[in-house]
Amino acid sequence: MAVTAVDGEFVRRLQKEEEVQRSRKDSRRPRYSKFSQQELSSCKPLLTPRCTVVLFVLVGATCILIGMYALYASWSVVELVNRYDTFCVMKHATSANPLTTNEEKSAYMKNYNKQKNCTITMEIDKLMTPPIYVYYQLGNYFQNHRRYVKSKSERQLRGLPPSSSELNDCKPQDTANGQVIIPCGLIAWSLFNDSFDFSIDDFSSDNGTIFINKTAISWKSDREERFNNTVFPTNFPNNNRTTLANASQIGGASLDENLPLNRHEDLMVWMRTAALPTFRKIYGRIETDLVPGTRLTVNINNFYNTYGFGGSKKLVLSTVSWVGGRNDFLGLSYVVVGCVCIFIGLTFMYLHWKHPRPLGDRSHLSWVRKNAANSRVTS
Amino acid sequence: MVLLGTAEPLGLCYIETAAMDGETDLKTRVIPGPCHGLTSAQLLNIKGMIECPEPDKDILRFDARVRLFPPFPGDELSPLGVKNTLLQCCYLRNTEWACGVAVYTGNETKIGMSKGIAEPKLTAADAMLDKLTTALFICQIVVVMILGLAGNVWNNYEKDKTWYLRFPKKSEWYDFIVIPLRFELLCSIMIPISVKVSLDLAKSVYSKYIDWDIQMYDAVTDTPAKAANTAISEDLGQIEYILTDKTGTLTENMMIFKRCCINGVYYGNFNGDALTDQHLMHSVTEKVSAVVKFVMVMTINNTVVPNMSRENGRLTYKAQSQDEEALVQAAAQLGMVLFSKKGSVVEVNFLGHTMEFEILQVLEFTSDRKRMSVVVRDHSTGGLYLLTKGADETVFRRVRAGEPVQQVADAIDQYSQLGLRTLCFAWRDLDEQEYVAWTAKFNEASAALTDRELKIAEVSELLEKDLELLGASAIEDKLQDGVPETIASLRKAGINFWLLTGDKQTTAIQVARACNFIMAEPEGQLLKIEGSTPSDVADSIEGVLQTFCINNSENKNIAFVIDGLSLEIALKYHKEAFAKLALLIRTALCCRVTPSQKAELVGLVKSCDYRTLAIGDGGNDVKMIQEAHVGVGISGREGLQASRAADYSFGKFKFLKRLILVHGRYSYNRSAFLAQYSIYKSLVICFVQILFSFISGVSGTSLFNSFSLMAYNVAYTSIPVMVTSLLDKDLSERTVMQHPEILYFAQAGRLINPSTFAGWFLRSIFHAIVIFVVTIRVYAHEKCELVEMSMVALSGCIWIQAFLVLIETNSFTVYQHLAVSGNVVIFYILNLILSFGKHSGMYRIMFRVCADPCYWFSLLLMVVAGVGPLSAIKFYRATYRPNAINTLQLMERQHPMPVSVEAIGSSSSSFKSASRSSSSHGSVFEPLLAETSNPKTPPDRYISKDKTRPVTSAVLLSSPNSRTLP
Repeated sequence: MAVTAVDGEFVRRLQKEEEVQRSRKDSRRPRYSKFSQQELSSCKPLLTPRCTVVLFVLVGATCILIGMYALYASWSVVELVNRYDTFCVMKHATSANPLTTNEEKSAYMKNYNKQKNCTITMEIDKLMTPPIYVYYQLGNYFQNHRRYVKSKSERQLRGLPPSSSELNDCKPQDTANGQVIIPCGLIAWSLFNDSFDFSIDDFSSDNGTIFINKTAISWKSDREERFNNTVFPTNFPNNNRTTLANASQIGGASLDENLPLNRHEDLMVWMRTAALPTFRKIYGRIETDLVPGTRLTVNINNFYNTYGFGGSKKLVLSTVSWVGGRNDFLGLSYVVVGCVCIFIGLTFMYLHWKHPRPLGDRSHLSWVRKNAANSRVTS
Repeated sequence: MVLLGTAEPLGLCYIETAAMDGETDLKTRVIPGPCHGLTSAQLLNIKGMIECPEPDKDILRFDARVRLFPPFPGDELSPLGVKNTLLQCCYLRNTEWACGVAVYTGNETKIGMSKGIAEPKLTAADAMLDKLTTALFICQIVVVMILGLAGNVWNNYEKDKTWYLRFPKKSEWYDFIVIPLRFELLCSIMIPISVKVSLDLAKSVYSKYIDWDIQMYDAVTDTPAKAANTAISEDLGQIEYILTDKTGTLTENMMIFKRCCINGVYYGNFNGDALTDQHLMHSVTEKVSAVVKFVMVMTINNTVVPNMSRENGRLTYKAQSQDEEALVQAAAQLGMVLFSKKGSVVEVNFLGHTMEFEILQVLEFTSDRKRMSVVVRDHSTGGLYLLTKGADETVFRRVRAGEPVQQVADAIDQYSQLGLRTLCFAWRDLDEQEYVAWTAKFNEASAALTDRELKIAEVSELLEKDLELLGASAIEDKLQDGVPETIASLRKAGINFWLLTGDKQTTAIQVARACNFIMAEPEGQLLKIEGSTPSDVADSIEGVLQTFCINNSENKNIAFVIDGLSLEIALKYHKEAFAKLALLIRTALCCRVTPSQKAELVGLVKSCDYRTLAIGDGGNDVKMIQEAHVGVGISGREGLQASRAADYSFGKFKFLKRLILVHGRYSYNRSAFLAQYSIYKSLVICFVQILFSFISGVSGTSLFNSFSLMAYNVAYTSIPVMVTSLLDKDLSERTVMQHPEILYFAQAGRLINPSTFAGWFLRSIFHAIVIFVVTIRVYAHEKCELVEMSMVALSGCIWIQAFLVLIETNSFTVYQHLAVSGNVVIFYILNLILSFGKHSGMYRIMFRVCADPCYWFSLLLMVVAGVGPLSAIKFYRATYRPNAINTLQLMERQHPMPVSVEAIGSSSSSFKSASRSSSSHGSVFEPLLAETSNPKTPPDRYISKDKTRPVTSAVLLSSPNSRTLP
């Protein structure tokens, strides 16, 4: 029944034709090339059950190994976290002003004349070796909001006059008193302004403060290129918040107008906007060992108002490893994925052992099956 | 342009119209009557008036009149026809000069009017893609609405609390629409424009593959395959019905005069070739009156132009019709040589003496008249004759009483059962007065401005009566090489065949039988639909339907046959019943159909939602070729009209198999992959954006910068999928050719449909979630810088899609490896370059990202988690739920040179058939010829005419293919 061209014979005829064609010069015969005839040599990887099982088990094992490695690194990180926002404000609660709701807390924060400092203690229970990073962590804070992200002028930071579209993006922090604000925009304006002073409450030492190194905490590229050393903060609204008239504590830190922008490390850190609503920003480095049993006393100037929108503020001390801070996700998910791979591999092995299937069985072809069924019916 | 004068003394000029209709013969054009005898000086001052019709595109018609003003002669209206015109795009040949009046210019010329008639064709896969795109668009609108609403709600809640965002106190009326619009911008990538662009690009390469294919090159006629339409190659893989012409498509259209029956005497029956039949030669030399008349009609009644070559004195003929050429050639071999045609004077050399005839009138062949006559005057005797040749039924109706009609009809039946083309020849001695009277009427009719053709036909009838029947000729049209095999394997691929021919029913049945079209009795059955009134046809259709239902269980190949007249009735009155029948019974023979009926039939099948392919070679197939989803033209002897109108054209019918099974199938598979994959990759990045919006206050922040978004579809992801969709082959050509059934996958649209698309859609959601979760969890806390994170997510998208291409690829060539890895390299190079730019907003970002081992480990995690489950599912399906493609893939990989029993059987048999057809000329009909020496089967038995029981009892004739059975 099946009548198909035979390749061998075909090729022979083709060659004969070719000879004829060579004698005819102006032939319209298409030129032969492997590409044009779709005859590029190719390899077709074959997923046999055995190689699939081996592949899955191997990949799974590799994943588990990587996962262990990452977990080990993550577990070697020592991390101290202390949420201080509620504690710090409740310290100032009085019976007249119990500060129970977020609105009350926010109103308290906005009052320029109120005391806002507080002291927390942190207990070191594992040896922390430098560099120990001090972070502040904000929660439910949308630095990635569309209004916020674009509200800055890169040209201005570089020392050029901002373009009109950038200024427009900076609104409402674009100009003050008819003059352009440097640096303009919501990001700079809302700069985090809590401050932390660490001291060791230790009998053996002379009750000394711990030095927090706040240099070189921003990105090197930011210090060197993105922020210019000839631009100084000017007309910055937060700097004029000394009188009661404009004292409402909205907005962030003030900037020293005598320092060029690329010396404002906190600003440069802050202006690397975070992609998540919960994020940590580096505050500084502690460059001494912190031994277990040490009590750290932290004096906090709790200026930054996160109460109004239900945010949180935490103080974090952390050492680093190659995965960064304490983050088990990478390691754990590698282990999980690796286990799943091995499980799949073993399942296939079981299936193959239980129901071995001849590969490429002709009888699997639907039409072959149909014909067979037909012939059975007719016979 | 109306011709007014030429260099030739008789006012003739020769033109070649190859550029217009593809016919390569020389045609003569003549100046109109009144212009005869004008000198070239007079031509410069000629004054007159031409009335001509509105411009149209019919290159065979020009119904106009001319009148010259005094002092020029002929101060009366005289007719102008297409004979008097020189059309645009024609070449003047063998004529020094010609001059004329331009009547149509620019776009009003015949060529100009016929430009751009074919509608753009939309393929099934494209139509499906459009539907899916619409669904996607709706999905996009819904997503935008929901997110927009959510964004507004968020704003309302958080507006007064999030002081750092400083929402304006005063709200504008349009505020509620701003966030949905932002999301619309973010989601606009969901429907990528690049799909269409890359599809078009890929399809143009697919059609180039067809152009380049050496295996579809016909060395004999030096014609490579040609894809004129670059956009519809995947439709080739979805063809369900093939409607084919017979003459020139299935057959060679190389006509050879084989037999004739003159005055009841059969010539050529014993040796199969009348030209070597001693009896016929003898009769000619004896100058038996009927035989001489017969040969004279063969020689004179035609449009053949003899051409004496100056160098070697060899006589060649140029004819529009292959039949005519065969007849003239045969006549020349029999001793009557047509050697010159000058104007209306024909010179014939009959056994050594020259005879001169003047052709007074030509009553031309049209598809309605189905006959052609000439009125000639014999210069030597002065006799006036009407010579007629034509289809039997039109000629029989006009013969005078008492002629042996039955005898000739028997002969014709016998010939057509052999698959030969028959013509009837008739003769009439004309009376001088009658002729003169008739000429007046004829001239009047030919000068008519409206319905000229009809009027001429009416007038012609007046003369063509009381004919003396001379006999019938039989011309063989050889079956093309490889036709039965092609039809058999395409039929196995699930394609249904309809044969539409203008030929006689019996001839059509014979050819159909010879080329596997219909099976002989035990396996097949031929049902006939006939009738000349609507009710007869209805009964007939009903009967056939019943028979079909009874026999359906027996697994037979049932075909039906219908002729032009019944078809017309069926299409007019019983369209629904006929359509139902046409869809139930997969094979049909339609005989004696006109070009427009062919197109109508195509339309009928099309209207039932089947993909149709029409294949033909002549001008009469153009309509159906344009009507069908895919039109294929055979660039054969009947000119290039069909191949010009067609989407694809090549030299031989057998290439159809390769066109459909290889090119069509690959194109379908590849474009299905390309289209869905392109949407998938856009969806991935779009979903990542949507997920990100949930953690950015539903404000519509874009995670990716505009450059990444722009480059993502163009530079970062398009190359691997493009290269793969150009080179990937799921099965080798050889396997596909051996198992044509696999085409079913493409036909049924299994590779692009809502459910496959849903698969891709889910995949994109899954991958977006994997990328997003890994990114935000690994880059949490102190690492969550926006620009850095966007680069991580983008790299994730690119790695995952690169790996997905790898697992979706069936065969890897070097180029695919290069494309996939090269693409990733390009991504890094581009981004590293950007990271050098101080003002790009990405300064040093990529260096930072790449220096972090976490980055590489997250990518590996994304790839394993994203691609691992997919490959597990793929493997499970291929091993435990294998579809035919999987099975064949495994078969071909396990046995690199598959040698199945079937393959051996088919190879040996096709070798046999090939060697046989090369060894002897025309041997395809050998078994049939052998059979004809046996007692004839009367035609009545052949197809039962009993209306109450229209079951046919097809005669067991051994078709040539039955030899190929092992």
